[in-house]
Amino acid sequence: MSNEAVLHAPAEAGLHQDAHGDHHHEHHHHETFISKYVFSQDHKMIAKQFLITGMVWAVLGGLMSVLFRLQLGYPDSTFPILQDLLGKWAEGGKITPEAYYALVTTHGTVLVFFVLTAGLSGTFANFLIPLQIGARDMASPFMNMLSYWFFFAASMVMLSSLFVETGPFSGGWTAYPPLSALGDASPGSKTGMDLWLISMALFVVSSLLGGLNYIATILNMRTKGMSMTRMPLTIWALFFTAVLGVLSFPVLFSGFILLIFDRNFGTSFYLSDIFINGVGALPNEGGSAILYQHLFWFLGHPEVYIILLPAMGMVSEILSVNSRKPIFGYMAMVGSLFAIAILAFLVWAHHMFVTGLNPLLGSVFVLLTLLIALPSAIKVFNWLTTLWRGNIRFTPGMMFSIGFVSLFISGGLTGIWLGNSALDIHLHDTYFVVAHFHIVMGVASMFGMFAGIYHWFPKMYGRFLNNTMGYIHFWVTLAGAYLIFWPMHYQGLAGMPRRYYDYSAWESFKQFTELNRFISTVAMIVFAVQLLFLFNFFYSIFKGRKVTTLNPWGSNTLEWTTPINPGHGNWVGEIPEVHRWAYDYGKDGKEFIGQTTPVGADETHH
Amino acid sequence: MEAIVKASESKRIHPQKFTLWVAMGSIIMMFAGLTSAYIVKKNQSSWLEFDLPVVFGYSTAVILISSITIHLAAKSFKAREMARYRTLITVTAVLGLLFMGMQVMGFIDLEARNIALTGAKSNSAASFLLVITGLHMLHVLGGVIAILVIFIKAYSSRIKNYSSLPIDMIGTYWHFVDILWVYLFIFYNWIG
Repeated sequence: MSNEAVLHAPAEAGLHQDAHGDHHHEHHHHETFISKYVFSQDHKMIAKQFLITGMVWAVLGGLMSVLFRLQLGYPDSTFPILQDLLGKWAEGGKITPEAYYALVTTHGTVLVFFVLTAGLSGTFANFLIPLQIGARDMASPFMNMLSYWFFFAASMVMLSSLFVETGPFSGGWTAYPPLSALGDASPGSKTGMDLWLISMALFVVSSLLGGLNYIATILNMRTKGMSMTRMPLTIWALFFTAVLGVLSFPVLFSGFILLIFDRNFGTSFYLSDIFINGVGALPNEGGSAILYQHLFWFLGHPEVYIILLPAMGMVSEILSVNSRKPIFGYMAMVGSLFAIAILAFLVWAHHMFVTGLNPLLGSVFVLLTLLIALPSAIKVFNWLTTLWRGNIRFTPGMMFSIGFVSLFISGGLTGIWLGNSALDIHLHDTYFVVAHFHIVMGVASMFGMFAGIYHWFPKMYGRFLNNTMGYIHFWVTLAGAYLIFWPMHYQGLAGMPRRYYDYSAWESFKQFTELNRFISTVAMIVFAVQLLFLFNFFYSIFKGRKVTTLNPWGSNTLEWTTPINPGHGNWVGEIPEVHRWAYDYGKDGKEFIGQTTPVGADETHH
Repeated sequence: MEAIVKASESKRIHPQKFTLWVAMGSIIMMFAGLTSAYIVKKNQSSWLEFDLPVVFGYSTAVILISSITIHLAAKSFKAREMARYRTLITVTAVLGLLFMGMQVMGFIDLEARNIALTGAKSNSAASFLLVITGLHMLHVLGGVIAILVIFIKAYSSRIKNYSSLPIDMIGTYWHFVDILWVYLFIFYNWIG
């Protein structure tokens, strides 16, 4: 395809300079290895730092799920290699119950916060916001750098908790008291929980620093002509994500502060005079464990959308670019993002239907929860109508975007079941819940992330990912995700509770022994395919097919007007001016019209 | 780039000022979370009723006065009355520290009245007071540290700074923690 039409003279100059000298810095002093790769203040480098740290966590968190799936699939077998790997946590080649709970807990914490929050929105908010709104960098590059290093510190503390003698925290990723508040409650509640809290506090600081910056950048640093309604949907999604984070993480933080006081200073916010085996009755009086749940889920539910919205935004963009059609219902897409962001704060108690919540209050939360189906359905409809009669290019990024839509539909529908407080009496804490949130939040957001990586890899590294490996990665992961989580719905409907160590000990769940083994086997295959993706990623950074044109996807957005390997400051010369929205595909017989192209006199409606 | 920033300066709020406003929204959410938890807890059994330390009333007056001094400091900075500016930011910082000291006196007063703030004997009514007030003190401390930074700049003969951005931002933040305390004071006395 020809890109000449969208190129501006300064960008053209940048291309040539880039072809000869590799790094051109327009206004920057000499950079050392430390300032370029380690304590970098360039948003693109910080994005890559978030991405690669997130990948390391994805491998660790994924490996943990493989380990506990081994226990679930083969409860009677022993694997000597596990003893080599985990030492006393797998004495005789069988994972101990403590280790099993620690693995489940850390898998949840790591995947939700480190991979799908930091790894997803950290990466793409950093990378795309300045590039797509036409800014040289974030409002505060320094704060942006701090945001990454707080995340790094959080990572190190969490990692170190895996190696303490009493093991990492093992009371579930939600860290409900009393397990989280009492050191005596379980081995993992001792040092492991202290480290968990420190790590999460650092993580909250990282998220807040990042979020503040994203909001300030989007609202204040847009280039000339880039009105809010001309922004690509990625930016809208990242904007609402940041707003959600900035308003909900502090509430989680308050919950943590009270938890720290209960743990370390003997207060009674959450702890009451309960009886602990081996300790006796606690001296505390009048604490309420439910109070923690309210504070936790006030973050916890928006957190789901913090994870999902960036994926939605990127998928909207990628679907439109690769269908060669304008996104269907741009304003409806923005409006539904807004509606989701508002509703996110009003539904937290649907995680607490069975905590003794007043049934009348419960029914209010049912109504508000089911309302989310409306904006979600609008989005699905618009994605499908964007694809409808499009001139679709099945790039790996596009495949993962379509996969996202599929998963979002499948997982969203079961959300309507779980949002009913009456059904929840039966379904809560079963594998039905596990299946629901893994599909709609976990795998769907991972697909959004993969889509983003495949689509913007050329902009990140100036090279393409390998397509063949990409297709293998896509099909095995998609089929695997459904094969793993679809059967779990049936297990959940049959009442199989989550978090149990060995289901073969229950007469009612013995029937699922074979099914559990099947799920575990597929989980291992899917994990192996992610390693193929990692190979593709790191191999392509150095050896991938080189990007030779500025705009390989024929995309309208501003990031493709920068040089192939943009330096710190992004544009050589002036920042381009924006004249139109980001979705003029197939207009007036032109395949695409970049945002920098002035509106011609002969153009149809604008 | 310089030209673009300058051109937009006149009509738009400075990005860093804007960031501060969003950050203040974030801080509000944290205190909203805590005071909501306070209300939820108060409506459950075994809530201890007690009188607030008297000194909290005086500390409220102190932090209100400090808001006036920092406002005057910003005005004198813009009028380039640097001697007056230096005195006023010093007074503000001292008032901030005095405020914190008075809050600690309040905690000591409670402990002296056998109202335990922490430990096995504590009631969450008193613990909440400690946690919320303590967190607010940390935010005041942040303001004092920020003043310390511009204080060093103001007394350094090498650095000549004509931008009123730092003092404006610190002023905004200082008024914010002031209003936050007034809210908490009203909350403790009449709402919670």
